[in-house]
Amino acid sequence: MILNDYLQHFEVNQELIRQVILEGLSKGGDYCDVFFQNSISDYIGLEDNEVNRAYSNIDLGVGIRVIKGYQTGYSFTEIISPETMKKAARTAANIANSNQSIDAQALSEHKPAEYYKINTPWEKIGIEEKIPYLQRINEKVFQNDSRVIKSNISFNNSTSYILFANSEGRITYDYQPMGQISVSCIAEQNGQREQNGFNLSGRRGIEFFTDENVNRLAEEAVKRTVSLFEAVKPEAGEMEVVLSAGSSGILLHEAIGHGMEADFNRKNISIFSDKIGKPVAESFVTIVDDGTNPHVRGSINIDDEGNDTEKTFLIENGIMKSYLHDRLSAKFYGVKPTGSGRRESFKHMPLPRMRNTYMLPGPHKREDIIASVKKGIIAESFTNGQVMIGGGDFTFYVKFGYLIENGKIQKPIKDINIIGNGPEVLKNIVMVADDFKMTEGGWTCGKDGQGVPVSMGLPTVKVSKITVGGY
Amino acid sequence: MNNSEKESIAAFVIELAKKNGADEVAVNLGEESEVGIQFRDGEIEQLQESQQSSLSVSIYYQHKYSSHSTNNLSRTALKEFIEKAVRATRFLTADKFRELPNPKYYPSSLDLDLNLFDPTFDQVKTEDRIKLVKEIYETSKSESDKIISVAAGYGDTIFSSLKVHSNGFLGHNQGTLFSASAEVTVKDNDSRPEDWYSAQSRFKHKIPGAEIIGKKAAQGALKKIGQTKIKSGTYNMLVENRAAMRLISMLISPMSASAIQQKSSYMDGLIGKAITSEILTITDNPFIPGALGSKIFDGEGIATKQRSIIDKGILQQYFIDNYYGKKLGMEANGGSSSNLLFSIGNQSINEIVTEINQGILITGFNGGNSNSTTGDFSFGISGFLFENGQIIKPINEMNISGNAKSFWTNLIRLGNDPYAYSKWQVPSLLFKDIAFSGS
Repeated sequence: MILNDYLQHFEVNQELIRQVILEGLSKGGDYCDVFFQNSISDYIGLEDNEVNRAYSNIDLGVGIRVIKGYQTGYSFTEIISPETMKKAARTAANIANSNQSIDAQALSEHKPAEYYKINTPWEKIGIEEKIPYLQRINEKVFQNDSRVIKSNISFNNSTSYILFANSEGRITYDYQPMGQISVSCIAEQNGQREQNGFNLSGRRGIEFFTDENVNRLAEEAVKRTVSLFEAVKPEAGEMEVVLSAGSSGILLHEAIGHGMEADFNRKNISIFSDKIGKPVAESFVTIVDDGTNPHVRGSINIDDEGNDTEKTFLIENGIMKSYLHDRLSAKFYGVKPTGSGRRESFKHMPLPRMRNTYMLPGPHKREDIIASVKKGIIAESFTNGQVMIGGGDFTFYVKFGYLIENGKIQKPIKDINIIGNGPEVLKNIVMVADDFKMTEGGWTCGKDGQGVPVSMGLPTVKVSKITVGGY
Repeated sequence: MNNSEKESIAAFVIELAKKNGADEVAVNLGEESEVGIQFRDGEIEQLQESQQSSLSVSIYYQHKYSSHSTNNLSRTALKEFIEKAVRATRFLTADKFRELPNPKYYPSSLDLDLNLFDPTFDQVKTEDRIKLVKEIYETSKSESDKIISVAAGYGDTIFSSLKVHSNGFLGHNQGTLFSASAEVTVKDNDSRPEDWYSAQSRFKHKIPGAEIIGKKAAQGALKKIGQTKIKSGTYNMLVENRAAMRLISMLISPMSASAIQQKSSYMDGLIGKAITSEILTITDNPFIPGALGSKIFDGEGIATKQRSIIDKGILQQYFIDNYYGKKLGMEANGGSSSNLLFSIGNQSINEIVTEINQGILITGFNGGNSNSTTGDFSFGISGFLFENGQIIKPINEMNISGNAKSFWTNLIRLGNDPYAYSKWQVPSLLFKDIAFSGS
């Protein structure tokens, strides 16, 4: 799609957009942007062996932001007409309060990158094409293990059309697809029930759900559920923790990522404020936040402030390098935005957010890492995490893992929370393997009430000391 | 939109869906206007004002079911939207339990005024809103020079909605909601502990002033200076009322009919049995005038009732919605809670600290999760160690873990302080013998 297609999609033209921007600047604002969005999402669900539910949602509108210094005025309208947009622009303009207004630059097209081209738009895929995927997965789930008593499977897809323009003359656009299949099962053995699941998600079209992926969804979901029957809880306390390659990247997201979002640092409320340029980890630790990974869930062609996205080095060879910036924080620090200004929808103002956060491979081997552990755990899969930005305490919930004793993997463990302190844990990353994996699951990050899709990745990593929940 | 405009759109949607083949249709139409202000560093940081509306429609076509929502309410867009919705529904598998609730479950009268609307709403001016956030900010900031950041927030919302079911239900709702909050960060060597305080109410005059919101948030953050973790072990655990919400949600979520039917609840088969210690009684009361969770009908149009959920530790009933009720062969009673009222004790949180001598007072949970299928849980915590009836030091970076089945039998005392700013009016809770994991 080209610019004209987006203008037609929202039934607007460049002159009208410019008028709206001028209205936004009419009370003395320094800057104004408009963010058009049309999000269309579909869901179908299988429960008790039948695809017996479907949901869909359409969210259409335009958000208008006016900035004066570091103050932001925001409004949106769900009806895209000259009158409603200008009214919303005047409301946002109220953040400023003077009679002087600056002129807006003439609009000029900025062509975005293309990190997630798909074969067929989701709107062209009928529900009847998606239903068989769920039925096939369901059959396989029950074939795989007779202990499975319930299976819940869902197929989600969404498409977001975005058109962005600002008072500095940029007009740009994006088409953001997303596809996800999630499988959850419950199994029963000797009266004990366990539940777990697996999902695959990405900026993908239906071609992503190949036979191989369909099989994997069923197999992994069952395997992850029935392994819980043998699981125990570890002893409570501090111990060595190995994080398996892949979704363990949640460690980076919580322990480091949020604290590196520049709004928290601009406000001096992050534990990482004042740490840029300082050594914070071993020299083999390099952590990036990247919006450019092809088809990965957190990738974006442009951010929600119209800026190109990039691969940002948060920590390079142990030295803290850069925060994640949106327009406001980049202005404060006098740096270029990192393409990290994101928002849940046109109903929200953008904030510095993560995209795909991961650690680059290191010099060690996974087997050596496991062999080096005297008493600890290896964490394999996770459900959620959280962080206190200022204190640096972060947690993540381990759904499944194993005990390690004297270098050997022992009994499985389940349902325990791990809590640590961001800067401490960074210092305590003592080994990093060469087996990097990006997680494939559907992670959503929440901040200030806004959810955005993200991803994360990690090679196998050893942390020398961290507090593990248990009895 | 006024009420009759809403009714006209709903009638249009129902007629169109039926014309396209739907047997039964449910429509929800909602509208809200919202103002939000955040004040930081001596100035307004964010000012947001917006209006939004949304329509959702549930389609029943030969016992096939789907539900769709949109915010594009133009008649042309709605026509295409409904046609597509009904077309998609035809591909699903028929499920005999998919039908609108039997009209016998709808309220017999909608006349009861629950007093959910603040008549002074229209008189609230931007200057008043700014004055309040500024006061919260200044009160908080002036508490100590160790404070490095205060974000004061204020929001108000006015909403109205209509629900129409094609088998004979039509109900309007309207209300107002006000909120105010403060988030405070303090300097503590390399660390920057934070705390918050917030309040919400349907009435502006019930929002406490800056003296309470600003001060409590500041004092909470200042008390955290010097946080450390302590040794793993078994301690008495006293949970402050606003933090206890997290535990109550772990207790309530396995009670849903969907969890029972899907065998993902450890409470399956436990009606009439003890699930907590006998000091806990929970009642769901939808009729408290002006309360945050009050309602005459629920999201499915089902008449709400005052009901007992837990009586002296014994589970009385599940939260049963229309669909899963039919699947389970149980009567629907409303699939969600309204206002949860708790049995309370006669001591304040400070009196409990003094009397029980030693333990850990939890003021916040940090992440963690619970597994409703097995009852296993593990949460991060922050709070204070108390000994000899006195707060000794702030603690953080610790976990508690356990299984809900035995955990709730360790509940030994309730505070006299039901939390006022939530649908769930939970008092502070005291548990014995809880496993803490620390250094």
